[in-house]
Amino acid sequence: MIVRIATEGQYDIGDDDVPELNQLDNDAVAACEGGDGQHFHESFDRLLAFVREKGEPVGDDRLDASDVILPPPDVSFEEARAEFSGEGLIPG
Amino acid sequence: MPGLSGRMSTVIKAKISKLLDRAEDPAETLEYSYQKQIELLQNVKKGIADVVTSKKRLQLQEQKLRDQVVKLDTQARQALAAGNEDLARVALERKNVAQTELQSLDSQVAQLEQQQQQMTESEQKLRAKIEQFRSKKEVIKAQYSAAEAQVRISEAATGVGEEMADVGLAMQRALDKTENMKARADAVQELEAAGTFEDLTALGSGDDDIDRQLKALSSTSEVDSELAKMKAELGTGSPTTVGELGAGNSPAAAPAEAEQAGPSQGQAP
Repeated sequence: MIVRIATEGQYDIGDDDVPELNQLDNDAVAACEGGDGQHFHESFDRLLAFVREKGEPVGDDRLDASDVILPPPDVSFEEARAEFSGEGLIPG
Repeated sequence: MPGLSGRMSTVIKAKISKLLDRAEDPAETLEYSYQKQIELLQNVKKGIADVVTSKKRLQLQEQKLRDQVVKLDTQARQALAAGNEDLARVALERKNVAQTELQSLDSQVAQLEQQQQQMTESEQKLRAKIEQFRSKKEVIKAQYSAAEAQVRISEAATGVGEEMADVGLAMQRALDKTENMKARADAVQELEAAGTFEDLTALGSGDDDIDRQLKALSSTSEVDSELAKMKAELGTGSPTTVGELGAGNSPAAAPAEAEQAGPSQGQAP
């Protein structure tokens, strides 16, 4: 599965790692919805670290679309919340 | 995959399909996205130049503040050595303010540096993908039937489109931050204009009052009169009074007296 960390790049994640990735993603979402900024940043950082550690960076010679795209590493808690309320990080 | 990534994916994918929907056949898809790619690369370059400009501006401010910190520190020491604690305190207070600003500028310059690097990397990556896209389209056209080629080229275009959307996002975030820093730099400049970081030489009429005073203090014959003058100039020596002096309410007598004492000595080198 190809995962993109927005503004950073794409990583190829093995199928075996997908369940854990899902779990970490759900944690980040829960923290976000719970309104706990610090918890959100902690869980989001864990999620990013997992992708960087387990994922193989996708070469520039590949033109594959990502299966999922994670918000940028410097995403603020407010932006992440807005993401859920439908504002979105991408304008336009 | 619902959640953060799911939402993010949906938004980016919607953007890409909007980008690619306009084209009906592969050639058009290619032509259109290639055009967009070149535009984007040019924008990224402009963005990088913008970040570099902001960084340089902040670095200039940093240098100015750094000089002020050194100067105020020296002045505080000299004032203290001369027994003028109040003056020394004022110098140290200003030094403190300047140092705090300096620290915040430091971290901003570091951030801009990082952004510049990230954008440069993004530009290179996008350039590589565009090149890949250009060569791939020819191979696809040669190898597959028209219908199959269309599907494959669309896939490749989607891949490039995602990269473009991502570089666009990275650039926008970098520029937003740069804007914030510009605002910050403006704020620092306003503080500067208000005399917040001014060294104590600005207390007088524009001549190096403190240097003059300190020189006079060191030449024993003048000590008493200079001390009296300094006390008069500094009033009670409380920070607010000195601040007012710095703002331009300095005594009219001081410069005249100093000029009489010897203009060459009083002028800054």
